[in-house]
Amino acid sequence: MTESDRPLYAPQNFLLAGVGGQGTLLAADIVALVGVALGHDVKKSEVHGMAQRGGSVTSHVRWAEKVYSPLSAPGEVDYLIAFERLEALRYANMLRPGGVALVNDYRIAPGSVTSGGDTYPSEADEASVYAANLRALHVPAQALAQALGQVRVNNVLMLGVLSVFLDAPESVWREVIASRVPARYVALNDRAFSAGRAEGLRLL
Amino acid sequence: MKRLLSGNQALARGAWESGVRVAAGYPGTPSTEILETFAPMPGIYAEWCPNEKVALDVAIGASYAGARAMAVMKHVGLNVAADALFYAAITGVEAGLLIVVADDPGMHSSQGEQDTRRYGKFARVPVLEPSDSQECLEMVATALELSETFDTPVILRTTTRIAHSYGLVEVGPDRAPAADAERPTYRVDPTKYVMLPGNARRRHPIMEDNIRRVAEAANTLPCNRIEPGDRSVGIVTSGAAYQYAREVFPNASFCRLGLSYPAPTRLLAEFAAGVERLIIIEEGDPVLEEECRLQGLPCEGKSIFPLVGELSTETVYDAALRAGLVDEQPWRAPVARAPQARDLPALPPRPPVLCPGCPHRGVFATLRKLKVVVNGDIGCYTLGALPPLSALHSCGCMGASIGVAHGVALAGIQQHNVAVIGDSTFYHTGIAALLNVAYNQSRTVTIILDNSTTAMTGHQQHPGTGYTLQGRPTPPADLEGLVRVLGIQQVHVVDPYDLESVETTLKACLALDAPSVVIARRACALLPEARKQYRPLRVQADKCIACGTCRRLGCPALTKSDELYAKTGKPKTVIDPVLCTGCEICAQVCPVDAILFRNQLDDSGGQA
Repeated sequence: MTESDRPLYAPQNFLLAGVGGQGTLLAADIVALVGVALGHDVKKSEVHGMAQRGGSVTSHVRWAEKVYSPLSAPGEVDYLIAFERLEALRYANMLRPGGVALVNDYRIAPGSVTSGGDTYPSEADEASVYAANLRALHVPAQALAQALGQVRVNNVLMLGVLSVFLDAPESVWREVIASRVPARYVALNDRAFSAGRAEGLRLL
Repeated sequence: MKRLLSGNQALARGAWESGVRVAAGYPGTPSTEILETFAPMPGIYAEWCPNEKVALDVAIGASYAGARAMAVMKHVGLNVAADALFYAAITGVEAGLLIVVADDPGMHSSQGEQDTRRYGKFARVPVLEPSDSQECLEMVATALELSETFDTPVILRTTTRIAHSYGLVEVGPDRAPAADAERPTYRVDPTKYVMLPGNARRRHPIMEDNIRRVAEAANTLPCNRIEPGDRSVGIVTSGAAYQYAREVFPNASFCRLGLSYPAPTRLLAEFAAGVERLIIIEEGDPVLEEECRLQGLPCEGKSIFPLVGELSTETVYDAALRAGLVDEQPWRAPVARAPQARDLPALPPRPPVLCPGCPHRGVFATLRKLKVVVNGDIGCYTLGALPPLSALHSCGCMGASIGVAHGVALAGIQQHNVAVIGDSTFYHTGIAALLNVAYNQSRTVTIILDNSTTAMTGHQQHPGTGYTLQGRPTPPADLEGLVRVLGIQQVHVVDPYDLESVETTLKACLALDAPSVVIARRACALLPEARKQYRPLRVQADKCIACGTCRRLGCPALTKSDELYAKTGKPKTVIDPVLCTGCEICAQVCPVDAILFRNQLDDSGGQA
C-alpha cells in the first residue's frame, strides 16, 4: 500500500509553548476557538498536572476539515508560537520545513541554569537551529505589553502577530478574545492584539 | 451548536444528560476535571471522598439504592478501589454504575502506566474506550445501558490524551428535571447483595454468564465498527491509538473497538477474514492482540508498535515504516533531522519545580541539613527529590511513606529516617499506616505537610479544608486530634517558614524513643488568601558574597546576577520581584544577612 501523497485533509497546525504561568493555555484556547468560528473541525491538546509547576508548557491546536490526532507530529507544525526563547528552541523541531516560529524575545532561566551548571543557549545556538529551513521572527512582546501597562497581555499580543499570517478576519479574533478574557480586561487585550498586529505587519 | 470540550468536560456533560444522580471520586491527573465540571450541574450530587475505595463504595451504594451513579479516579486509584470493583462485579447493580478510570500512558503525572483494560478481564467488567470528546459524551450513555441490561458495573477508560484534548461535541438535550425528583425504594435482595460464601457461589456463574452475554452483544454494538478500506492492511485499534493510526494509514481497513473488553469475537473474525495482514495498534498492553491470538487469528501488534510509553502519530509512523506497512511520508521528516540542528548542545531541561514561596521548601531545606533519610509520598512535595534540595529518597504510591518509613526504622539503619506526607494524602491512605506506627511503637517521625489543600491536582477540597466539592461548609477534620487519637503522644505543629523552629522540633523528635508527628502548617502559596500576602524581598548587592547558599534552596525567584563578587568572581544573587512571594526562607539561610526581611523593606521595596 502506498501512502505517499500528503492527505487532502492536511490540517493547519499550531504549537504554543511557554513556561507555566505565562498564559500559554489561554492563548491556545483562543487559537482553537478562532478555528471553530471559521467553521473548521478543531482539536486542542495539552497536559495538566505536574507540568504546570513552573515547567515547560505546550498546547497543540489543529484546524482542518476533519482532525484525527489532537497532536501534531514533528515536522508538521505550521506555526510555533513561543512565549520564551528556550522553549521556542526546544520545540523548533516540530516545525515543517518553511514553518514559522514567532518567538517572544524573553528569557526565563530554568533552575539547572540558575543553581546548576547548565548554560542558557546562545543566540548563535538559536541561529543554527532556525537556519534549518525555518523562519524565526523575534517579537519584543514583553516590552510592547509593558508599554500598554500590563506585561501579562504579551500572550494576546503574540496572537496579534500570528493573525497577520492567517486568513481569518481580524474581527473574528477580536470577538473570540473578548469572549475569553475577564470583562474588565477586554479593552486592554484588544489594544494588545492591535499592537501585535502592527508588529506583525512590520515583521512580515 | 457544537461546543469545544475536553474529554473530561464531555464526560461530565454525558453523565448529566444520562441521569447520573450520585458521583464520587478522589482528584487525580488526568481525571480531576470530570467531577469539577459535574459538581455545579443542577439536580445531581457529587463529592470528593478521602480515597477512591471510599468513592467506589459510595457509587455502589447509590446504584444498589436505584440511582445511576459514577465513581471517578485515575488509573492507580483503581488499585485502591480494586476490592470494591470485584465485589460490585459479582453482586451486579440495581441502577447503572459507571466507573471512570483515566490512564496515563507516558506517565505525564503518574508513577506508572498500568493498563486499566486488564482490570476488565480480571474482574469480568466491560471496558469502554472513547477515542475523542464526542465519544466521551456518548459512551456514558452506552456504559449505563450496558450496566443495567447486563447487571454489571462498567469501566470507562480514558487516557491523558483523551481526557485533556478538546474537540467539537454535539451535546444532547438537557436532562429532564423530573428524573431528579424520584425517590427509589431500596430493594432488599440478600442473595444478590450479601456476599456470604453461599450466595457468592451462586453469583459467580451468573457473573460469568453476564459477561458472555456482553461479549455476544459486542458484535453488534455501534461503538464497535468496521471502517472498510484498502484490504492489504487491516487495523484493529481503540482509544487514542485510533486517531494516530488514522493519520498514518488514511486508506487502510479499520476495526475500531469502542468496547475493548469483552472482545467481539465474531466481528474480529469477520474483519480478519477480509484483510491480508491483521495489525493491532493499541496503547499500553497487548490486550486486543491477545484476544485475537486466543481466537487463533494471526496478527502482529507489539512486535511492531511500542509497549512502553504514549503512542503518537510519530511513533506509529516510525514503527509502521520499519515494518514495511507504509511507504515513506516525506512531510513527516522532522526538521530536527536537518544537519544544521544536529550539532546543537543539549538544551537545559525545564522540569516542574517547587513554586516560589512553597511552604514545603523550608522543611526539605532542613531535612537536607539534618542528613536524614526521607521516605516520601505523592504530591507536589515529591519534587523535594530534585536537585538542589535532593531531600526525598523514596516515593511509591499514595500513603506509602509512613509504612515504608516504619519498615526502614525496623530494619535498623545507621541514619535517622522520617516519613513525609501531605495533608490530603494523609487523609487518603496515611491514617491506617500511622495507626500501625502508634500500635507497634516504632521511632518513626512522621511529618505531615499541611498546606490546607490538594495542591498537585489544582487545589481541591479535602476533609481538612472545611468545604465539600459542591462548596458546602463542613466541619474540618481536626488533624492534631486525629493523630493523637491514633495513639501518637508526641504531636508538634510548626510553621515551615520558620526554619529555626522546624529544625529544633525535628531534632527533638529524632531524639525520642517513641513515635512522633510534626505538622508543618502553612497554606499553599498559590491559594488566593496566600497571594494577598505577597511582598517581594530584595538582595542588598553590596552585602552579597555570592556564596550561592540561597540559590541552593531551588527557588525560581532567586537567580544569578550579572554582578560578580570581586573576591571570587562568582555571580551574586538577585531576586525576581515578579516571582518572589516574600516567604523569607532565603533571608533566613543567608550567612551575611544580605537579603532584607519583609519588615526591613520600605514601601518602595528599599531598605526601611
